[in-house]
This record gives sequence, C-alpha cells and structure tokens, in this order.
Amino acid sequence: MPLLQVTDLVKHFPVRGGVLNRVIANVHAVNGVSFSVARGETLGIVGESGCGKSTLGKAILRLHDATSGKIAYDGTDITSLKHRDMIPFRRRLQIIFQDPYSSLNPRMTVKAMLREAIRFHEIVPNTELDTYIKSMLAKVGLPDDAMNKFPHEFSGGQRQRLGIARALALKPEFIVADEPVSALDVSIQAQVLNLLMDLKDEFGLTLIFISHDLKVIEHFCDRVLVMYLGHIVEEIRCEDLLDEARHPYTQALLGANPINDPADRRPLAVLEGDVPSPFDPPSGCPFVSRCSIAVEKCQTMPPLEQHSDSHRLACWER
Amino acid sequence: MNDTNTILRVNHLSTCFKTDRGVVTAVDDVSFEVERGETLGIVGESGCGKTVTSKSIMRLLPEQISFLKPESEVLFGGVNLAFAPEKHMRTVRGNKIAMIFQEPMTSLNPVFTVGWQIDEALKYHTTLDRGGRNKRAIEMLELVEIPNPVERIDEYPHQLSGGMRQRVMIAIALCCEPDVLIADEPTTALDVTIQAQILRLMNDLKDRLGTAIILITHDLGVVAQVCDRVMVMYAGRAIEEAEVVELFHRPQHPYTKALLESIPKSGRREHGRRLPTIDGMVPSLFDLPVGCRFQDRCGFRDQLCIDQEPVLTTDPEHRVRCHHPLNSPASSDPVDGV
Repeated sequence: MPLLQVTDLVKHFPVRGGVLNRVIANVHAVNGVSFSVARGETLGIVGESGCGKSTLGKAILRLHDATSGKIAYDGTDITSLKHRDMIPFRRRLQIIFQDPYSSLNPRMTVKAMLREAIRFHEIVPNTELDTYIKSMLAKVGLPDDAMNKFPHEFSGGQRQRLGIARALALKPEFIVADEPVSALDVSIQAQVLNLLMDLKDEFGLTLIFISHDLKVIEHFCDRVLVMYLGHIVEEIRCEDLLDEARHPYTQALLGANPINDPADRRPLAVLEGDVPSPFDPPSGCPFVSRCSIAVEKCQTMPPLEQHSDSHRLACWER
Repeated sequence: MNDTNTILRVNHLSTCFKTDRGVVTAVDDVSFEVERGETLGIVGESGCGKTVTSKSIMRLLPEQISFLKPESEVLFGGVNLAFAPEKHMRTVRGNKIAMIFQEPMTSLNPVFTVGWQIDEALKYHTTLDRGGRNKRAIEMLELVEIPNPVERIDEYPHQLSGGMRQRVMIAIALCCEPDVLIADEPTTALDVTIQAQILRLMNDLKDRLGTAIILITHDLGVVAQVCDRVMVMYAGRAIEEAEVVELFHRPQHPYTKALLESIPKSGRREHGRRLPTIDGMVPSLFDLPVGCRFQDRCGFRDQLCIDQEPVLTTDPEHRVRCHHPLNSPASSDPVDGV
C-alpha cells in the first residue's frame, strides 16, 4: 500500500468582488490530480509558476483545505480530519519552504523556534531538550552556538539548514520540500541537496520535492509529475525522462533547459506564448494554446492514461 | 584582440562603500573589455560584486555611500565615465549604454503606460517628433515580438505577464540603439520556457543590431547558451576570464572548476549521486584574508596561498588569479590539498 494516496484532488480559490462581495470567479489552482507515493520514495513535482505545484504540496499537508477529492495517508483519510485528530499527522508530515528568509520567525532564537514544536509534540523530555536540539543542529551541519542566534545572523544556505532542522526535529516520516534550493547560490544549492539526500537515507524519509528546475528533479528524484495549469500532464520515472518523455510540454521543458557545455550550443527549443490564466483555463487540453502538435480533438480534455507500468500520459496525439 | 573593435574598456575598477563598520571594497581592481557584437558573461555568486560592477559602469550607485577609487577607468567613446560629469552621463545612460534589470516588475513604472515609458527614452535622446516616436515605439515592441503592439502600447505593466514585461524592458533599452547593453540577471525571475524565449530574443537582437552585451548571471547554463567570453568573479575580484568553451572545458581556477561541477547535469545518468560541493562560504568583505580569497574553500591551498594573494595572469586568451592553476600548460601539476 502506498504511504500517500491522493485521489481527484481539486483546489479552487474563490475570487470575490463587486458590490456584494460575491464569488465572481475561481482560480483553478489544482484541477483533479491523482497520484501515490510509496514509502521511501522521492517524488518530484515540476512545472512553471502558477501551475499549482505549491498549492498541491500545501493541500497534501492540509495547509490548504481541498475543495474536493481525497488524501489518504498511511491508510487514514486525512482530507477532513478535525484539528485535534490531525495533530499526530501534523508531526508526521512536515514541510520545508522555499524562502529561508521569510519562513523563519525573525524574533525567535533558533532554540526557541525548535523548542516550541518539540515540546508541543512531546518528542523528548524537557530535561533532554538542549541536547536534542544540539544534535539536530549537528545533523544539518550547524554549530552548537547557533542555538542562541536569531535568523538574521545566518546566511541563506544556513537558514535553509535551519528550516530542515525544524522539520526533522519532529521525527517526521514524510516531508514536502517546496523549492528548497531555488533561492540559493549554486555552490550552496549542491550542499543542501547533498544534505537532504543524506538525511533521507538516515531517517528513512519519504519526500515530495517541488521545483521548477527539471535538472535538479532529474538528479534528485525517483519519479516526477509534470504539472501544467493544475493538471498532471505526465508522470514518469526520472531515469526514463530523457528518452521516453512523450508529452509536448515535458519535451519543451527539457528543450528549454540551458545546456551544460557551450561546445554543443544549439538553438533553444522555444515554446511560444505564455501560460494561460488559471482564472479562465481552456476547456480542453490545458496545453492546447502553446502546443505545436495540437489537433481538433485537443479541444476536449485528454485523460491521464497508463502508458506503460511506470508512465502516465495525458495527450491525445502521443 | 583588435583594438578598434573594443567598445568599452574597464581598467582597475574599484568600488567602495562607506558603512558603519568602515569602508568595504565591493569590487576590487577589476579590468575587462567588451568588443562590438560580443556577449561577455560576468558570473559569480551573490555578493561577488557582479551587480556593483555594472552599476559602477552606469554610475548608478548612490554617491553618499559609495565612491570609485581614483585609478578606476571606464573608457567609453574616448571619455572616462568613472569621473565624467553627470551631464555627460545623461547623454550616455539609456542612449549609448543601456541596462535591463532582474526584476521587470519593479523596474517598470506602474503608473505609466508601456508606450509612455518607451517614449520617455526617445524624447531625451532623439530628435524625433511625437508621431515619429510613437511609430518607433511600436516598431520596438514588434522587434521584441510582443503581439498586437498597437494595442499593447497603451497598456500598463500590471496588464502584462513577467515575460512580456522583460520584453518591454528590452524594448526600452534598445530603442536608442545602444552600443552596449548591460543585462543584470535578465532571466532569473522568469520560468524556463520564458527564459528560453528571452535568451533567443537577446541573441537575435545582438546579431541584428551588433550591440555588445554584458550579461550578468549566476546561472552557468545561461552562460553556456549565449556568451562568447566569460569573466568569473569571487569576493570582489575577477579570478578567471576566458573564451566560453575554453573556460568550460579547461577551467584553471579551482573555484571555477568546482562551480561547474556543482550544477546538476541533465542526461548524464547521475541520478541520486552526491553532487561535488564547495564547502564553506564566501568570506565576508569586512574580513578578507591576506592571501588568496578562495583559500578557505580550496583543496590546493599551501603556505603561498595564505601569505600572498595571487595576481591575475596577463595571457589575453585565458586570465587566471591562482598560484596553482589547473589544466595549465605552463605550470606543473597542482600541489596536493593541505
């Protein structure tokens, strides 16, 4: 049984306006996605800004309440659990945010920040708090004296390590990492990716790794969901990505990746146009307005179908 | 290098900031030149001085808190811009040397239409009349591939997507046909597919208009895609400069090599393997070591690196600032790590 099973998840954000402040439109952030994550697996979610990847990540943790659909974690349906019943799951499912500058409370020392959650969830007895916090900081490669410092005293990479320590301190099983390295410099990005990889092995974590950077996903994840405008358009194993990705959008993402070596410079495969507005998504295939192989049939929504054992695809033409 | 082709030459540029903790030198003795129709990449991590370099050229830094050291030279059109009067700078800025910034959201004025903002540059720098300027503005929007330019010209920045805004910025920058375009992280805030569109556009325009481009970025993939020559900066210093293929294939500075290795590569079947990293962090500009600025993070450090800062070699094909350069035919094998 998969650790996490998401079925037909929909998240719409109402937009209010007019004199009576009625709901005048819905932002279709996540539009009926289904997938599962096995224990110990790293699942990547890739897509451009506004494709719903972060909303999906937060909806899984119930940081957003889903409009409809079902989220089952370890056999329990957590979609509409009451606050009190949700508390044990809040410990088991953790998140690492993108921006290490705004996701840490600037008025709390590192110790206070970590202590708050550890005490609430009664992870260790109060007498062992200090030693436990120190051991967590050591795990993410921060010195002991970091305990009494404030977030502004750390660099970006160190703050992201703090974010990771905060998540890990609750002994979670499952972590959603939402663009954890996007705000970091390349040399620091590699340090944090390696750290995540080590910790995943050490603690036996299951990870959802959200990123707009297909190269990072390809390197780090076992499987990837490609999202476009709130839909999953393709799901594929990362090792098959280059040879077997079929969806024109996945191929466009691969083609838009800048090259590794200036010697084999080629014109970038450029996808024309912009992502359509999620206020008013096209009724058929979400990608139809930018697709080079679109035909009449694409005005209706292609279903996400099993293409092979480990490969799902939503495209009429491929 | 053919001297007549050089359009902009920067010599010994040093930019200092006055802070509460004393004076820091954010850019320290940096020299380079750009040729007509060439794209020079300036690469480095945050705080290495790449943006300060570009703003120093344009003299956009606040004079109350910053100054250029007297030996700094920015030679353009026979004038040293580093100490040219503000009146002269006004004829250069946005006209002969133009700049596009990282954040298209914040660098466009939200209360004026796109057309007004293009018109502003034309009004100051050309003799065109109103009708002529309007025509030119529409041509510029066409040039940067904005659909329906006649309608778009009356829209406000918030009505455009991020990619469109960056196109408008490029249109404003290019409307006076500048000799040099400085692009400071022009695609960092954009999605990959939009980034590809903008990079292609910049390349096309360079070929068509012969503009020299200084592209400032931290993304080595972007450099590989569009630059002809690259200068790598670290903690305020230029540490290596070479033609792009030479730099990627035979990096001589250990920092450049490590930087190239630390990016995840697509399609190399390196899935799940640890990435080579550069341990530690960039030193603080307040507390720079006596010797090489990269010494704390370098595997090849020896006593010489601690005692003495290396000088930048003068080989025009490949300049490097290292006591133990890698891949260099002139030097013997590097000393093993300490």
